[in-house]
Amino acid sequence: MSRNVTAAKEPLIRMAKRDTLTPQKAWGIRAIAFLLSLITGGLLILALGHNPLSVYKSMVIGAWGSQTVIRETIKLSVPLLITAIGISFAFKMKFWNIGGEGQILVGAVAAGYFGLFTADFIPKIPLVMLMILAGMVAGGLYGLLPAVCKAKWGTNETLFTLMLNYIALAFIKYLMNGPWKAKGSSFPKIAMLTQEARLTKIFGVHWGWILALVLVVVSSVYFTKTKQGYEISVVGESNNTARYAGINVSKVFIRTMFLSGALCGLVGMLQVAGADYTITEGTAGGVGFTAITVAWLAKMNPYGMLIVSVFIAMLERGSNTIQTNFKIPASASDLLIGIILFFMLGCEFFITYRLIFRGKEEHHA
Amino acid sequence: MLSTLNSLFIAAVLAGTPLLLGALGEILTEKSGNLNLGVEGMMFMGAITGLAGSYYYEQAVIKSGGEPSGILSAVIALITAFLAGSFGALIYSFLTITLRANQNVTGLTLTIFGTGFGNFFGEFIGQKAGGYVAVSSTTKAAFSKLQIPVLSDIPVLGKLLFQYNWLVYFAIFLAILMAWFFRKSRVGLNLRAIGEDPSTADAAGINITKYKYIATIVGGGICGIGGMYMSMVTTSGVWVHGCVSGYGWLAVALVIFATWSPARGMLVALIFGGLTIMRMYINIPGLPAQIYDMIPYVATIIVLVVTSMRQSKEHAQPKSCGLNYFREER
Repeated sequence: MSRNVTAAKEPLIRMAKRDTLTPQKAWGIRAIAFLLSLITGGLLILALGHNPLSVYKSMVIGAWGSQTVIRETIKLSVPLLITAIGISFAFKMKFWNIGGEGQILVGAVAAGYFGLFTADFIPKIPLVMLMILAGMVAGGLYGLLPAVCKAKWGTNETLFTLMLNYIALAFIKYLMNGPWKAKGSSFPKIAMLTQEARLTKIFGVHWGWILALVLVVVSSVYFTKTKQGYEISVVGESNNTARYAGINVSKVFIRTMFLSGALCGLVGMLQVAGADYTITEGTAGGVGFTAITVAWLAKMNPYGMLIVSVFIAMLERGSNTIQTNFKIPASASDLLIGIILFFMLGCEFFITYRLIFRGKEEHHA
Repeated sequence: MLSTLNSLFIAAVLAGTPLLLGALGEILTEKSGNLNLGVEGMMFMGAITGLAGSYYYEQAVIKSGGEPSGILSAVIALITAFLAGSFGALIYSFLTITLRANQNVTGLTLTIFGTGFGNFFGEFIGQKAGGYVAVSSTTKAAFSKLQIPVLSDIPVLGKLLFQYNWLVYFAIFLAILMAWFFRKSRVGLNLRAIGEDPSTADAAGINITKYKYIATIVGGGICGIGGMYMSMVTTSGVWVHGCVSGYGWLAVALVIFATWSPARGMLVALIFGGLTIMRMYINIPGLPAQIYDMIPYVATIIVLVVTSMRQSKEHAQPKSCGLNYFREER
């Protein structure tokens, strides 16, 4: 009997926690995972009957091939980057704000109000500042609502923020069809902003990109060097630890979600005044969701988000090109982003653990 | 007035069924302690594969000179949709159970992936089919009202209860089956034990990994069938870009309102199904259509806040939900 027990088979693979891995090796594992995800995507392209290499190549050229498309790519990455920074404020304290989409939309509406109706009597610079302020306050308040309920009653913030997305979207449709409908248009749409309310371009792209770069540095300092940033990470580790350390968790939730929503609202303002010059149902265009992947892939590091957002913008811009060149639907970018993220999520395991195969027991000296 | 109420009820049942299926899948998943936020993605995957399954079956039969059978076509749609949903859930399970990735983020990624998957293949197959994908009238008939002898002919009641498409009855049957499963069966009780306290269940000798995998994968398959309902019944067999949009998330919310009970799920699905289509039946003077459209979402928020205000232990989320179980780290 006892022999049977001792003879129980050693499992084929087992895992053990690694001692800390050198950063180079960890990044090596991530690079391998990234390559594997591109290969998986490539196999999919192959199955559809195209040459993966030429499809990937045309994606890259479609995003960086000429000055016009480079500007387009940058223009796509600005909202992604700022939203990702905004969302990371919430995600760092494990507050799952997936309402970026709605916060962008209300920011756009608030900024659009001043852009559309006060442009003829407020001079440009105060007008733009007013629009920024309005967008940020509206987005912030929209983010504040679920935070207050979460702090007070522990309301599920994932669903709350998500439902607010649909409400904001319905509100914009209402404005398009009713009160803000452009004069003389038979089609439900909102008028274009006048030149007065549009953002100035610097090197061919509205100056939002400079603001985005500044925000990268500011948020990085905020996260790592300030007391408030420290409080966010303690709350993220454990609410109870934070309470024990004398941090007012509710206050941190509320303050941080206001900032998170305000940054998303700022994106709404930039989209209206810098990119679209009007408000449509597509003003947020999925940025609120894609930004979550940006923030997560960058491990909530603002500098990392800069790189990832440019990369994702490249995929999105490039997928338009492959739609025209290869007749591959543009939703391919979502599919590819999903695959990449699956691999990046999975590879973290191999950074934390190592696998030991049967019969290959290592002997530690 | 009465006839309006009757037609509202019928429409509410039809609109509530995909919500019920999505919610049932997620209840099964959450009972095992996995919080899969990828319902929307899995529904998208089921929606396109179910449609594609029927479509390719029909094409193959027609090409070989035969006559496609509606029942077979419906069964193929059911199976392919289930498989697609479970494939999505398998990715999720592998990442969260075996590779211990964060459940929230993995679920959100599954939503992004599944939405891309649905829209991508919907457009792709549409291109190949020369414009858009649509199933033939034979399959459409297989997904329309049933005519049950005698029962369907009962005045009023026959119309209210016995003339829906077969998926409605399938969903109700599934809800009752799951209610029994969680209360009475040993396997169901084991599963609940895992969701509440995996380390105790582990000590009792229950194979946690196996249970979690199976519950999550079957749950994902059920969500996939809910998606198939959207593409086969709601849009009557035509691929509409973004057709699931939002329904998967409403289903996640329904799980909370149903307080993780499949039986109560039927009731809340009926209510929310009603809220999503009420605009077409009851006119509120002075209320613009777009504001009216907000109602299900506003109602969701109100119920979310109210349920969180009065927390009861009995009707709570399984305790370990959202946390990965880790034998070595107790």
